Amino acid sequence: MKKLLTATAAGALITGAAFAQDGGEIKMGVILGFTGPIESLTPAMAAGAEMAMQEVTESGKLLGGATVTPVRADSTCVDSAAATAAAERLITSDGVKAIMGADCSGVTGAVLANVAVPNGMVMISPAATSPALSEAEDNGLFFRTAPSDARQGEVLANILMEKGIESVAVTYTNNDYGKGFADAFQSAYENAGGSVTLSAPHEDGKADYSAEVGALASAGGDALVVLGYVDQGGAGIIQGALDTGAFDLFAFGDGMVGDQLTANFGADLEGSIGTAPGSQNEGVDTFAEMAQGAGIDGTSVYAGESYDAAALMLLAMAAAGSSDPADYAGKIEMVANAPGEPIGPGELDKALEILAEGGDIDYGGATGVELVGPGEAAGSYAEYTIEDGALKVVGYR
Amino acid sequence: MDLLNGLVALANFVLIPAIAYGSQLALGALGVTLIYGILRFSNFAHGDTMAVGTMFAVLATWGLQAMGVGFGPLPTALLAIPFGILGAAALVLLTDRFVYRFYRAQKAKPVILVIVSIGVMFIYNGVTRIIIGPEDQRFADGARFVISARDFKEMTGLAEGLALRTSQVITVIAAVAIVAVLFWFLNRTRTGKSMRAFSDNEDLALLSGINPERVVLVTWLIVAALATVAGVLYGLDKSFKPFTYFQLLLPIFASAIVGGLGNPLGAIAGGFVIAFSEVGITYAWKKVLVYMMPPALEPDGLMQILSTEYKFAVSFVILVIVLLFRPTGLFRGKSL
Repeated sequence: MKKLLTATAAGALITGAAFAQDGGEIKMGVILGFTGPIESLTPAMAAGAEMAMQEVTESGKLLGGATVTPVRADSTCVDSAAATAAAERLITSDGVKAIMGADCSGVTGAVLANVAVPNGMVMISPAATSPALSEAEDNGLFFRTAPSDARQGEVLANILMEKGIESVAVTYTNNDYGKGFADAFQSAYENAGGSVTLSAPHEDGKADYSAEVGALASAGGDALVVLGYVDQGGAGIIQGALDTGAFDLFAFGDGMVGDQLTANFGADLEGSIGTAPGSQNEGVDTFAEMAQGAGIDGTSVYAGESYDAAALMLLAMAAAGSSDPADYAGKIEMVANAPGEPIGPGELDKALEILAEGGDIDYGGATGVELVGPGEAAGSYAEYTIEDGALKVVGYR
Repeated sequence: MDLLNGLVALANFVLIPAIAYGSQLALGALGVTLIYGILRFSNFAHGDTMAVGTMFAVLATWGLQAMGVGFGPLPTALLAIPFGILGAAALVLLTDRFVYRFYRAQKAKPVILVIVSIGVMFIYNGVTRIIIGPEDQRFADGARFVISARDFKEMTGLAEGLALRTSQVITVIAAVAIVAVLFWFLNRTRTGKSMRAFSDNEDLALLSGINPERVVLVTWLIVAALATVAGVLYGLDKSFKPFTYFQLLLPIFASAIVGGLGNPLGAIAGGFVIAFSEVGITYAWKKVLVYMMPPALEPDGLMQILSTEYKFAVSFVILVIVLLFRPTGLFRGKSL
């Protein structure tokens, strides 16, 4: 009995200490692939998330002036075991209250199932777009500020059909993102009456893509649909297809739409089309300016989504009045969606103030966040065409 | 005409890419095999040695371009190769002085040296990323094509195009020249002979007065040169990205082992075996067969033996088969 009393007292003390920390410091895990296939994208993403944390810290209005500190961890993008271990470390040894991440769909699913759900940790991914994550068992803890590729597949298929391109070869990066996207695209395209001559995966970061290009060229088609990464295998495939004269019209998924695409291939891709998450809102430009001021590239893919992911969790904490994941998880959809005062990037101070007064906000942020279904961004896509060697937005869908 | 079209399609999508890729692998595998033969360990840092050498060459290329130095229709990077070799040589010699020499003096087992080389690999990995960053770097200039697919079609009036890139031609010529020089060096010069003696029987070589440190020094210099040339040629043909160079290690080792570790001739054969099996076995023969077969026999499907996902499996199956039936590799290298 005495032992039980001591244990209870000790337990109470620890809980007390945890509460006392709230006013002081809130740690947020930032788990992204700082090494591995998307290591060139993640610095801007992490910096985006950290901008939101700094903004909240400087406002001094979160839970009585808490400081938000980021703790970075490496998801590697490809190695689920490493990502799981890193996330485990964030929770057990760093004691984070929220996780911004992970990035690639495969590791995100692994971290969610093995770490976030068992530990009751809230996780918002800025970049995982695999349709499979919509059905993942998440106990209401998982959200994403990036839309599912199921929607993007439809959008891309519709654009192709409208342009009268009725037969294509598809190549996708061989991971959860690529596979999910390619399947979604293929079923949407075939339903619309198109035919896919070959859907072949390619591995990223490999030495040579002659084999893939050869097979795709042999299968033929009016255009080549590339659902990969612009600084990875996707670039190798395009290079090979252009060099051998196999295809001269391409269609790109979001991973391919980037400045590097036109910097590398520019004029050779004239008339090719692409889709990437994007919407007509002022947030994008405001965020790009803010980011530029902070010395990062705000137009980099998923930098805005990362900012929004971090901001959403912090605002939900403010709305719940607690940094305990169990308390604030339920508030995330509330702060993200209407009704309430619209909040853009750089207005976190105002948002915290409204929440403190008991008001309601509708966070739009850098990417016009609107959470639907199982807590994922609704997905508005920009349609790009390559004209005169540059990516040009021709419309939104 | 159809037969010609079929042959052109085959050359364009299988023969030319596989020959160029095979030459790149062969040059890489030569470096691996030399280290295995003379220093007696599998150097896992080889891919990153290529990256470091290429990085110095890329930096020098930018320097030369900034000074307005060009090389006509050939890429400027060829002029920058000596700088790359100097950089890579300095790095591997420093590594040898501070890392490998310690283990050599202790007569460490090869497996320990392999683990040490993995450590070195991570350090090189980091050095490259710190200096030039993890992004893709393009440094090719000059004329990209000897003949482009479109020009070929216009010239010949065939339905199929044939593209031949400058970098592919340079790669094959350089590979042949380097192999010839290397063989002349190993077989005809005193230093080369002492290296082979050291590789055959270390104790006997020491007894006959061969200076081991000199052999080691020359080996590293050759390896640095081979790695840099292989890296630059690969980078010109594709692009320079540190992560890809790290990944190149796998096919390079497969080539060296298939050919017979420690045997330079084997490294070259191995490079081509791996390249042709990766590209050829997963090729969809539909296009070629449609041209070659009478209309009645034209295939409906893709006529692909294996889908491209399995191209790495193909090279490793070949590796396993070779090791099962000829454990020393095709050209009688050292057994593993």
